[in-house]
Amino acid sequence: MADLSVSGSLRNRLALTLIGGAAVLAILLFFAVRNYAVQVAQQGQNDILQASVTSILDAAVIRNNKVELDLPYSAFSMLATPADDQVFYAILQDGIHISGYDDLVFSAGVSGGNSVFETGKMRGVTIRKISASKTLIGANQRIEIQIVLAQTQDALSDTLDQISRNAAVLGIGFFALAAALSFWASSATIGQLGKLTSSVTRRGPQDLSPFSKPVPREMAPLVTSLNSLMGRLEQSLSQSEDFIAEAAHRVRTPLATVRSYAEATLQRVNKEENREAMRSMIKAIDESSRAAGQLLDHAMITFRADHLERQELDLVALTKELVLRLTPIADMKDLSLTLQGDSVVPYSGDFVLIQNAVRNLIDNAMKYSPAEGSIQVIVSASPSPQITVCDRGPGFPNDEIETLTARFQRGTNATNTIGSGLGLTIARDVAAAHGGKITLTNVQEGGACVTLSL
Amino acid sequence: MRNFIALGLILMCNASWAQNWEDRQQFNATDATTTLRIISSTDTNLFAPLIEAFVAQNPDVAIEYLVTGTADIDTRFRKTPKAFDIAISSAMDLQLKLTNDGYALPLKGVSHPAWAQWRQSLFGFTSEPAAIVINRAAFKGLPIPQSRQELIEALRARPDVFRNRVGTYDVRQSGLGYLFATQDARAFETFWRLMEVMGGLDVRLYCCSGDMIDDLIDGKIAVAYNVLGSYAQARAESQNVIKIILPSDFPTTMMRTALVSRSSQEPQAAERFIQFLVAYQSNPIESTRLLPPLNATENGVERATIALEPALMTFLDTLKRNNFLYEWENALIQN
Repeated sequence: MADLSVSGSLRNRLALTLIGGAAVLAILLFFAVRNYAVQVAQQGQNDILQASVTSILDAAVIRNNKVELDLPYSAFSMLATPADDQVFYAILQDGIHISGYDDLVFSAGVSGGNSVFETGKMRGVTIRKISASKTLIGANQRIEIQIVLAQTQDALSDTLDQISRNAAVLGIGFFALAAALSFWASSATIGQLGKLTSSVTRRGPQDLSPFSKPVPREMAPLVTSLNSLMGRLEQSLSQSEDFIAEAAHRVRTPLATVRSYAEATLQRVNKEENREAMRSMIKAIDESSRAAGQLLDHAMITFRADHLERQELDLVALTKELVLRLTPIADMKDLSLTLQGDSVVPYSGDFVLIQNAVRNLIDNAMKYSPAEGSIQVIVSASPSPQITVCDRGPGFPNDEIETLTARFQRGTNATNTIGSGLGLTIARDVAAAHGGKITLTNVQEGGACVTLSL
Repeated sequence: MRNFIALGLILMCNASWAQNWEDRQQFNATDATTTLRIISSTDTNLFAPLIEAFVAQNPDVAIEYLVTGTADIDTRFRKTPKAFDIAISSAMDLQLKLTNDGYALPLKGVSHPAWAQWRQSLFGFTSEPAAIVINRAAFKGLPIPQSRQELIEALRARPDVFRNRVGTYDVRQSGLGYLFATQDARAFETFWRLMEVMGGLDVRLYCCSGDMIDDLIDGKIAVAYNVLGSYAQARAESQNVIKIILPSDFPTTMMRTALVSRSSQEPQAAERFIQFLVAYQSNPIESTRLLPPLNATENGVERATIALEPALMTFLDTLKRNNFLYEWENALIQN
């Protein structure tokens, strides 16, 4: 997993996309609400200005051929706002200013009886202006009265500020909610992948069966591919197991046949030089057979170490069985094989592998022991479950004690002994597969000990 | 009208600065580093305790207190807004128009109830009802009128007693008188009848409350209409000669208002003064105070205080004002 090149995160990408969308929506919401509020607030001010200007126009009359305009108190009273907005007005008779603020000008023309609105600046402040006019008909004249009324927009902007604040709170709230939902949604979606991952991780080493639990439609192709990959893997694994068994059989059986012919020929030839040649041949065949066996053992161990099949076992019983099986061979070489140590050492490990390792160790010991030597096998439960095999042989060369467990490495003093150099490697691999190690020591009074700690 | 004002202003400016003030006093002139110039319509003796209390707290500020009429304040202030830091006037309409026209500086640091301020620039600091003040001698043995209607009846009943002995503001000269008259005309339907009756009795017209109360105490007049109760109250020694009546039907209540000039050279000191002013006038237990405090209610009843709103500008409209003065002159000046 550490070697996997990881680029980006689906969940982050999904969450970021959703949050980005929510942010855009929140900003749109804010501006939509604000824009609408501007319109509503402006309409409200327009309506009041309209009502006020209408009441002023209504008060204009012609009396004695003279315009009289009795400004109604309510006209300005209705313009009172919480922000105390300023009010400006101008009264024009036929376009000539007759009362009010002469610096209040209305640029747009007025047509008919309709009122016209305009936003502008006066004395440095923004004002909303309305202009309305009315034609007064006297005895022999027509007089056009125009009223321009203006109000600052402090209350309006206060209202807008308040609405903007509320809209902002609304937008932020919406965004926060959407962001939380985005995280939840992306986590829930990616959670399905996590579930699949943990169900793959939880599987036992031998479990290569297809996944059958329902998965979301989007993940179906992945699971299908995974299932097909596992199918092929299972097939190729069983093929390689078959291959190992087949190879062992194909190599060992002909060698055994050749050896038995060589043995028979040795009995028939009398010439000492021929007998010597036959013995050399038998020795070479033994060496090949043993090497083939150890190579297959090693191949099997390499395969099994990846798929350790642990089971509850007793190391003493395991060793005792091996010792019993190997005693006849030891007897043939005039070696004594003894088992010592604790009576029961329970351990959870791969039976085949441990047995293989111990057999290789005893094999080695028998090989290097001088005739009539003794081999001790000691099984103990402390400090950790361990099996020690000691012989009375030449011991390990002190300078090579660190490197001897390497594959095909043999001691410099072992050139005369049949061996492939794989025995200690097998023991080491088995120990490593079980989380342990092997230790090589020389014994003071001659001989060597190999300890397999699990 | 406008040209006339302008001409008047040019003439005034040619004259020396000192002239034309009703009163002019300097407070704390010695140690101060800054001077606030206050143009005011309030008599110095009523305002002095407040100013003295302020300069006691703010020894760095000196006050030049200039007294003139309300209409004159408006004229001078519009002409030279730089020449004054604070304008104090009882003519709420003129003050509001000054504020509306952008002469006042908004003061963020003053906290004042919404009904007593406008645009955070114009601050009301007294509540003063317009009163009917009578000379007790003229009503000896007779019921004292409690409303405008009863006053009309009393005046009509004894025209020989009251002829030439009724007084009121000359609204053409006094801004406060104009404010009271216009508010009366708006809210009180028998106002014009009262004016007609007073006009029929050869009413005496006054520029200021002080003169009217002087004449009332002297007995030159028997009734003064729309006098500031506070001024009459201040003549403590004369309380057995005159009587202050707050009309039971509708006592028009005005607020004295203060604003800081937008062109003020000392805006910080001016803001401090306004802060002090509204606090001093709102304090329910201020013993040295001579001016009536700011108070929305009178004996638990809400006062009909003239609202600080743009509508106050209605009667300042040239057409409206001409119309009103025409009617007023018609009613009051009959010979």
